[in-house]
Amino acid sequence: MSRHAATPSQTVGPFFRLGLDRPEWNDLTRDGARGEKILIEGRVLDGDGAPVDDAVLEIWQADAEGRYDHPEDARRADPGFRGFGRAMTDEAGRYRFVTIRPGRVPGWEGSLQAPHVNLTIFARGLLKQLVTRIYFADEPSNDSDPLLTGIADPAVRCTLLAARQDGGAAWRFDVVLQGKGETAFFDL
Amino acid sequence: MSREPPPYARPRPGVQPPYLHREYGSTVKRAPSRALLPLQQTLSEITGPRFRDEPELVDLTRQGKGEALGQRIIVAGRLLEEGGRPLPRALIELWQCNAAGRYLHGKDQHDAPLDPNFTGVGRAITNEKGEYRFLTILPGAYPWRNTANAWRPAHIHFSVFGPAFASRLVTQMYFPGDPLLPLDPIYNSVPDEAARRRLVSAYDPALSEAEYALGYRFDVVLRGRESTPFEDDR
Repeated sequence: MSRHAATPSQTVGPFFRLGLDRPEWNDLTRDGARGEKILIEGRVLDGDGAPVDDAVLEIWQADAEGRYDHPEDARRADPGFRGFGRAMTDEAGRYRFVTIRPGRVPGWEGSLQAPHVNLTIFARGLLKQLVTRIYFADEPSNDSDPLLTGIADPAVRCTLLAARQDGGAAWRFDVVLQGKGETAFFDL
Repeated sequence: MSREPPPYARPRPGVQPPYLHREYGSTVKRAPSRALLPLQQTLSEITGPRFRDEPELVDLTRQGKGEALGQRIIVAGRLLEEGGRPLPRALIELWQCNAAGRYLHGKDQHDAPLDPNFTGVGRAITNEKGEYRFLTILPGAYPWRNTANAWRPAHIHFSVFGPAFASRLVTQMYFPGDPLLPLDPIYNSVPDEAARRRLVSAYDPALSEAEYALGYRFDVVLRGRESTPFEDDR
């Protein structure tokens, strides 16, 4: 047997707020990030369309120039941008992040991916996290993004697109865990 | 062109729980119904947040005016990648109920006393060898409404950030010899028995402090890169 084999995941349970609640972490711009400031907000819904009031969402994204603050990315990222955020749903299943619109991120073989935000969802009833991506509906480069264009069903692809609200800074992205309008989740 | 960095390895069969596990009722309306879509890892997945400046909170027995009630325990171990490489400077967040089986949380309806001197919240940054250490109290078992007269085995919740978005892990640590483990649908959601047992800490006399606290060792192993040689497989 392997001594250093992976530890299994277990659910975050209903009481995670105790250990994970960091209210300031939903604002990734709090150190003065450069770029177009946006809100990403929405609801988390279950298979009955009922709000999930005990989910924790985490995002990880590039800065306005498409750079990640990490040793794997040789470029120097915006020191005023956190890249990571965490938000918890309220009794109506709503969450909200304050962030900046990310730039295009390098993909495979010198290509560029469309701008996106990586999203992880934990909740009671999720024995391991769900992983998806938030893309921006008005982004021309979506048409050449390998991940988006690799999804054959347009209705499924559509679940990854955040919609701008009333032409303003707010973008709507709902997470449907199951059933009608179920979000596309990835096998990471 | 630079060489493409190696992706994080796929989980071995049976190590990770499924989304739908009917014995755990909350999964029924929350598990996705479609198969997950394949994802070729990119810079987005092999990078992730770092938290070197987070303040630590490693003594949970002295967060109030007096000492927390219950059996004092030391929970310590190493954070590693598959293959055995230690992960230094990583954030571990921890939460648990008190000795009576009650969480300091508004939604916890269990009729057991709160301890004014115990919050059940901890936070550590692993040292250069990937080690962490908490002083806390043994959590109690508590009832839940999954089925009639169901009780969760004593456990401590762990949230761990590895080097990448792909290595993020939230899990629970259990205690050896707990008679509730064979009955617990969350623990038993992990198909592989050997993998399941890795969720159970080990009593370690060398970690115990004489006339003070019992020691439990719990190593957490995160996904490694595909190119990582498995030292155990040599």
